[in-house]
Amino acid sequence: MKVFIEKDKKNISLNYSGSVAGLLEKLDINTETVIVVRENELLDEGDSVNDDDRLKLMSVISGG
Amino acid sequence: MKCRLCQNKSVYKEYCKVHYNNYFEKKARSTILRFGLLKKKDRVAVAVSGGKDSMSLLKFLHKYGYNVTAIAVDEGIFGYRDKTLVTMVNFCKSENIPYKIISFKKTFGKTLDEIMDKKKIRPCTVCGVFRRYILNVAAKEYDVIATGHNLDDEAQAVVMNLVKSNISLIGRLGPVSGSKASPLFPKRVKPFYLLPEKEVMIYSFLNGLNTEFNECPNVGLSFRLRVRDRLNEIESKQPGTKNKIVEWLLSNKNNFMREESAYGGSCKLCGEPATKEVCNACLYASRLQ
Repeated sequence: MKVFIEKDKKNISLNYSGSVAGLLEKLDINTETVIVVRENELLDEGDSVNDDDRLKLMSVISGG
Repeated sequence: MKCRLCQNKSVYKEYCKVHYNNYFEKKARSTILRFGLLKKKDRVAVAVSGGKDSMSLLKFLHKYGYNVTAIAVDEGIFGYRDKTLVTMVNFCKSENIPYKIISFKKTFGKTLDEIMDKKKIRPCTVCGVFRRYILNVAAKEYDVIATGHNLDDEAQAVVMNLVKSNISLIGRLGPVSGSKASPLFPKRVKPFYLLPEKEVMIYSFLNGLNTEFNECPNVGLSFRLRVRDRLNEIESKQPGTKNKIVEWLLSNKNNFMREESAYGGSCKLCGEPATKEVCNACLYASRLQ
């Protein structure tokens, strides 16, 4: 799967199939700090994702 | 995953988009009622930065028929505020909401970038003081200022003030401030007071308000950022922590309040509310000369 981490403006590729919550744990990203979007659709933490997906991790935190 | 209330796909906490919006707006409306934040006839100045919190607040209050005007402060932070203000202006035009933009440059003679170039002043300190000053002055035409502060902001403020031993400042926190302390302080309210930052972000996303991630370049210098990250770590391991911090504040706030007379003065230079002879805004402004 391909994951774009918005805050870091970084693209990463990895093999993963499972829940959104599990993906965030694997990436060591706190669930409090991002929302996960697939094709402009918001995913719940219990939703399944797999290797074919292209995901965007949008930052919850903002500053200023 | 399915919505807990219908067969549509869930987006958060097992709510679909429609039921999530209902859940969020109901929580904000109950906060307004619980703390008596707004009346329908109030002229509401919404402090707007163009970020997700204030834009969501503007959208929410406008949707529920409040008489809102967006008030934005342009600190003059190149590459940051100029972008968020475009978002705000475009939204206000599309929704037919009146707006005003007031700049540091026009009010104090310098942008924040120019202040940072010349002076060794903590940006968040001077920025906070100047922003509050501008909003206080601008708000005189309105009954109340509404800000997009959320549960995370408040929990962070409690912890920051405890860590720094600014105990009296804890008494100034809360969902409503200003009007009881002094007639010079405009009433300030926080309708998203009990909504976590993540829930505001989701509301913003679902309603097409979110823009490209944009963080103030000065935030890295902020103590708040470190507190924010630690609180998020704790919250993920112990859900409900932020809420408990804020409920603790609500139960104990009165113990930390100063005598009201301490807030009753006005600045001898500008006439705005002050706890000393000269307000902090005039003090900082004089140092910029």
